[in-house]
Amino acid sequence: MVEYQTYAPGELEAEARASDYKSRWLLSLPAILIIIFAAAGPLMVMVVYSFLAPGDYGNVKWEFSLEGWMNTVIQRDIFDDTLVWADAHLSIFWRSLSLSLLTTVATLVFGLPTAWYIATQPSGKRELLLYLVTVPFWANLLVRTIAIQELIRTEGVINLVLLKVGFINEPIQMMFTNFAIGFGMTYVYLPLMVLPIYAAVDKLDFRLVEAAHDLYASRWTAFRRVILPLIKPGIIAGSILVFIPSLGAYVTPRVLGGGKNLMFGNLIELQFGQGRNWPLGAALSLMLMAAVMVALIWYVRVTSREQADG
Amino acid sequence: MADFLKPSNGYSVRTLPGFAVLAVFTIFVLYAPIMILVAYSFNYGTSLAIWEGFSLRWYKQAAGNQAVQDAAIRSLFLAVTAATVATIAATMAAIATTRTRRFPGRTMIYALINQPLMVPEIVTAVALLIVFAAIKVWTGHTSMIYLIVAHTAFCIPFAYLPIRARLETMDMSLETAARDLYASRWLVFRRVTLPLMWPGIVAGLMLAFVISLDDVVITEFVKSAGQETLPTFMLGQLRRVVTPEVNAISSVILFAGAILVALFFRLTNRRG
Amino acid sequence: MIEIEKATKVFGTGDTAFMALSNVDVTIAANEFFTLLGPSGCGKTTLLRLIAGFEPPTMGSISLAGKDISRLPPSQRPVNTVFQNYALFPHMSVAQNIAFGLEMLKKPKAEIRSTVDEMLRLVQMEELKNRRTSEISGGQQQRVALARALAPHPEVLLLDEPLSALDFKLRKEMQIELKRLQNETGITFVFVTHDQEEALTMSDRIAVMNAGKILQVGSPRDIYERPSERFVANFVGESNFLNAELSGSEVTLAVGGRFAVSAPNGVEDGKVSVLVRPEHISVRAGGSGENELTATIETIVYSGESTSIHLRLANGEAIRARMANEPQGAGGLPAEGGQVAVIIAPCAITVLRD
Repeated sequence: MVEYQTYAPGELEAEARASDYKSRWLLSLPAILIIIFAAAGPLMVMVVYSFLAPGDYGNVKWEFSLEGWMNTVIQRDIFDDTLVWADAHLSIFWRSLSLSLLTTVATLVFGLPTAWYIATQPSGKRELLLYLVTVPFWANLLVRTIAIQELIRTEGVINLVLLKVGFINEPIQMMFTNFAIGFGMTYVYLPLMVLPIYAAVDKLDFRLVEAAHDLYASRWTAFRRVILPLIKPGIIAGSILVFIPSLGAYVTPRVLGGGKNLMFGNLIELQFGQGRNWPLGAALSLMLMAAVMVALIWYVRVTSREQADG
Repeated sequence: MADFLKPSNGYSVRTLPGFAVLAVFTIFVLYAPIMILVAYSFNYGTSLAIWEGFSLRWYKQAAGNQAVQDAAIRSLFLAVTAATVATIAATMAAIATTRTRRFPGRTMIYALINQPLMVPEIVTAVALLIVFAAIKVWTGHTSMIYLIVAHTAFCIPFAYLPIRARLETMDMSLETAARDLYASRWLVFRRVTLPLMWPGIVAGLMLAFVISLDDVVITEFVKSAGQETLPTFMLGQLRRVVTPEVNAISSVILFAGAILVALFFRLTNRRG
Repeated sequence: MIEIEKATKVFGTGDTAFMALSNVDVTIAANEFFTLLGPSGCGKTTLLRLIAGFEPPTMGSISLAGKDISRLPPSQRPVNTVFQNYALFPHMSVAQNIAFGLEMLKKPKAEIRSTVDEMLRLVQMEELKNRRTSEISGGQQQRVALARALAPHPEVLLLDEPLSALDFKLRKEMQIELKRLQNETGITFVFVTHDQEEALTMSDRIAVMNAGKILQVGSPRDIYERPSERFVANFVGESNFLNAELSGSEVTLAVGGRFAVSAPNGVEDGKVSVLVRPEHISVRAGGSGENELTATIETIVYSGESTSIHLRLANGEAIRARMANEPQGAGGLPAEGGQVAVIIAPCAITVLRD
């Protein structure tokens, strides 16, 4: 007599599924652990540190304090000990926000036609152009920033050419200005705007554009009424990809802005260097993260709304 | 009616007025600074104004500079180690999270793996500085391990993406056929899955390598004294006079990057 | 109305050059339902795109109502297209799609509104006026595409296989719809299809195309009953080709039998191919009489309203007969393998130009 084992309905399936999940989790474990230890976890620690008191020579004293958070926007007047707005900080926030927005707009103005042009080239030429646009992106950020520096410094290429041609008599001071930072960031982040828009144009059904022309639309009207709405997801993605790194930029403002035109990232670094105010630095970092989160949430909401509209 | 009427000038819905000009201009401007940089690294003199003849002297000087050598070796060592570990971890994670229906926690794993991409580098750098500083004080240990761990962490998502992309194009029926033919799970992986995934893995490895090599911010904050990588060394040099030596180093980094990217493109575009 | 003269279109260059159209000449009259019929790759869609303005001709010219439009971009030609995949703007509603052309022509708002309503009524889509185009069915999308192209009252409407994505029943309905619309609006329709039955049902005139050339232009009856060459005969309807000898106004079939014909121009006496349509061949059990042929039945294929009988003639040539089915019980045929008499109807034989 053969003994058959009877299983409850779904029991075998549940078993198989459970062991499947287990092995998937085990496989993911190394990656998860590394990232928790060296990326996600430290963020939590930073939250804690933002609520501690600054140490005398940097680092922290392990006592609770709200000084860090308060000092992000308020400071004590050195003379009469009253609380005033931390103007320096506020102007830095403002500079970061406005420069990031300007950079996003600038990359859009130059990046959109570039992405369009590349996507409408025949295959072969298209891959070459895409490669050309991508290479600078993978080139070291620092190298690209140095390249800009060579362009705009007082003995840089632009000034040399202008002096030689006679347009100007004295070199123009471009380095260490807001312009330098904006120009540098636009240059550095341009490929980030081009690639998503390129992807969107690549997916565009050009028969829709033909239909628009067939129905008497001029090129510009077809662009405005048909093409632009259809590549909007690409534009939004590109904008986010440029805005977020710009907000937290560190290298480019440091090299091109010098010590006087600080952006958020430089202000944060200051607290761990000369400023010796780690809790403040931690609090500022968290503020930056919050700003980035806001941008990301906006992005998610806009893209899901786009998808709902079809 | 004309017989051989010239056709209208290639009317196409794909052209937009002014875009081509702007595009070409932009691509030109994208390359101009870099070209100038590279060109002047071969200038015998130090000034951009005067061309004093072709010379490799800055390259030789950079190559001979002990600090540069140290930094370069350290960069390479770090990149190789971090990229390798990251790629292995990413490969395992990719296998675990692709070609499957949803399982509880999958979204969380995605979120974690992509987390380094969501956070501005300066924030991660600062957070790591804090944590590692504490650990350094506890243990007194200041080796490269901190840098390696930090780099591995942010390399993982970069390795993950191409591997995952490659995996998703792979048809599971091949592996099912192998199992049907009595292959064990491990053998299926080794003889079927892995070879098919290989281009994706190599692409991920290269991407991670380039990312690690290029990193400035996190390295700058996590390094202990004397642990310069090439980018941090150059950053330090910029505080002083801009020497053409930095130009030379930059050019080398550029060429290396260009080649790596070309290889990466080849790998990800080849089918099968 | 539309005159196409010596139109040639070559894609690509050098080794990969492909001649899609070769020296095409055709005149399409006003208020005509004109169909371009041919197999995939024959150039019919290319010719349509040439008229629309999406491709410039490599050589040759196109004129509309006497005016040369070869150089004009599509947005300046009073020609509108119904695309094969409809190409409806996904980010606009049904009404906005229909209004698009009128907006581009800067018509006054009131006129736009009333025309849109008129169009919606014409294609019976009034209730779906404000729906997104991605939310309506294929058949509905097709009607919106039609309305959109008709709204600007073009002189010519081009239709690129608009019915190919629809199911059978819907297709039949739309065929009648389109014919009615063409009659009502008086607009010249240029219709592209590979479905010969569709072409025969709807058209005033058909141009049969193959490999970039127009082989024959004529009314559906002409094309079907008097095909000028083998390809046309084969492509439109079922065909039987037989070898024969022509002398004057009479052919003698290779297998036997003499029939009166009118030979088309340019065919000389001697060996020719002739065409007989299966429905003009009938079969009868028993021996063959005067001017009747003998054949063996090879296969019998039943298909609802008729039956196709595959026959092998005495000299080895194979033909098919198609006979309407009687109600069950009335008469019958010998089974497969049996011998029958084959009767070809008078005037059913057409001589082909080779």
